[in-house]
Amino acid sequence: MHHPRPIDRPFWSPGVLVMLAVMIAGGAALAVRFVYGLGYATNLSNTNPWGIWIGMDVASGVALAAGGFTTAALAHVFGRHAYEAVTRPALLTAALGYTFVAIAVFVDIGRSWAIWKPIFFHNYNSALFEVAMCVMIYLSVLWIEMIPILAERWGAKIPLLGRLDRGLSGFMWIFIILGVVLSCMHQSSLGTLMVIAPTKVHPLWYTPFLPLLFLLSAFAVGYPMVIVETNLATTSLGLHDEMEVLAPLSRFTIVTLGLYMGLKIWDLLRRGALPLAFDGSLAANSFLVEVGLGVILPWTLLLFPSVRRSRRGLFFAALFVVGGVLLNRVNVFLVSYRPQTQTIPYFPSIGEILVTAGAVATIMFLYRVLTTHAPVLSAPKQEDMAR
Amino acid sequence: MSIPRRQFLKTAGFGIAAMAAGPAHAWESKAPDDPLGCLVDVTRCIGCRKCELACNQVNKLPEPETPFEDMRVLDAKRRPTAGAYTVVNRYYPGALDERGQLSPTFVKIQCMHCQDPACVSACVTGALSKKENGTVHYDASRCIGCRYCMVACPFEIPAYDFHDPLTPQVRKCTFCLERLEDGKMPGCASICPTEAITFGRRSVLMRLARERIEGDPARYENHVYGEHEAGGTSWLYIAGQPLAKLGFPAVPDEPLPRRSETIQHALFSYLWSPAALFATLALTMKTLSGSKKDKE
Repeated sequence: MHHPRPIDRPFWSPGVLVMLAVMIAGGAALAVRFVYGLGYATNLSNTNPWGIWIGMDVASGVALAAGGFTTAALAHVFGRHAYEAVTRPALLTAALGYTFVAIAVFVDIGRSWAIWKPIFFHNYNSALFEVAMCVMIYLSVLWIEMIPILAERWGAKIPLLGRLDRGLSGFMWIFIILGVVLSCMHQSSLGTLMVIAPTKVHPLWYTPFLPLLFLLSAFAVGYPMVIVETNLATTSLGLHDEMEVLAPLSRFTIVTLGLYMGLKIWDLLRRGALPLAFDGSLAANSFLVEVGLGVILPWTLLLFPSVRRSRRGLFFAALFVVGGVLLNRVNVFLVSYRPQTQTIPYFPSIGEILVTAGAVATIMFLYRVLTTHAPVLSAPKQEDMAR
Repeated sequence: MSIPRRQFLKTAGFGIAAMAAGPAHAWESKAPDDPLGCLVDVTRCIGCRKCELACNQVNKLPEPETPFEDMRVLDAKRRPTAGAYTVVNRYYPGALDERGQLSPTFVKIQCMHCQDPACVSACVTGALSKKENGTVHYDASRCIGCRYCMVACPFEIPAYDFHDPLTPQVRKCTFCLERLEDGKMPGCASICPTEAITFGRRSVLMRLARERIEGDPARYENHVYGEHEAGGTSWLYIAGQPLAKLGFPAVPDEPLPRRSETIQHALFSYLWSPAALFATLALTMKTLSGSKKDKE
């Protein structure tokens, strides 16, 4: 196995400049939110108090960062060391992802300066309280798990980092397991959030099984997300494709995605809600895309060894899973959310879209910075392979 | 297939099963015994909007764009906002007056002060609380502005200061808590010229509502809205038509916090499931990975 090392590719590519432009636009929209308020910058209203900053940045962000704990569980807890090549990039994505989940919460809540209050004022009945605490602790755990990677590169230059690394190395297994436990807790509790609103959530999505569905879909999306981002990174950085790790990884997804699909379909049949999927409404169509293209299609594709072995086939199957889980979160929090007194359906404002796009661009930018300078990726360069 | 993979699936399955089968405690209502409340008799309301005026003054709300005497605002359906905690709407549910004209029905809406409020259950920091006297109280000093209360409320009541960039508040009927504590009636109930709003203990109000319905069954729909809705509310309504025809959302009788609190407590009381999962994973790690040192 190749050891992870910094990728010395030229940093300023055209793609990086595009990211920078999107980041600047997002920053401007952010300034508008903090100067003129949520009402001016967003399309939020009394009937639709949550928009894409919660439905996408927070809910989808948490789900798509599941690669971090699912690969850590596989390689470190279940001892499948062959998969260690993908744990570092997945951990980095999770650390960056959760950092931006926290930033999204900071931006979205009306009293950003009061974000620390849940630490002292507890409501154990609230699913959101549990999500808040778990995300807060897990974010710290993720950056603790990042310390060995950062110390490997900068430990000599920054003595504190080196000392932390040496001090923590004996306890790292605690943080690895804690990361998995905290993830299981808040991934499911994010699903519990909407259980309190049966009169507002469309019956295609409203079920007391929401927490279990959220947990299983987080398990299911972890490896596909790793496959997608590894493909993007190796392609844009001109590295070897890592198929020998990714192809076997996708076999786990057949099981996890299959479990999710099974529960989802069983629950729909149990509640007799399935006919609603064919009434032609926006919600119904969004549901069909989510389950058809985002669950059933990629699950079927992954059953074929030829798809799993083909770089393109595997990439697209994984991309459909990622898209399906992303759409599921957007569906649960936004599309399905229809209060009875709603007069205008919610659609995000330009400001909301810019902030979200800016956050995604910043994550990609920082991923590029850290893979360039820190030992994250272990795939050999294409030109070295050819030699 | 190698053993670790089977082990992986088995252990993962065990973890999920353990989480699903946690020690479920029966959910218990935290509703106060016989709280204060109001009975709104919709058949008595003449749509004068005096209650809106009193509410505005007691709660020191901003002056409205159109004065309270201007009845043209009734031409549109309104919802409570950050600047108006109660609003009166006019409906024509089909009844005719003596000249054969459609006769209007006026309905005042505000926070129902639920017995087991969804907003209180949802609130991350406990900024919302149900007081022993029945009030659902908002304490801005604890609020972080997450707006989960607005998502949770089945009556779709809480409004938000969306245009305040730094110190917005959740806004809703306060039940004039300070007046209640001084032994006075809420502003709206004290000003109402037709006694459409009766203030008192919920048990007394329920009895009054039943008496009025039984005393004039032709005038009233045989239903006290709020007796069972959302598990019961401190504010109660009686009307000549089903409340669903008067802009009231359909709300289940089950208290809304029941399901989510049952799930939360089954999984997380004493953090038993995270602790069990941690122990399982630590054991697995020790068995499958050998010494943690040979990770790299």
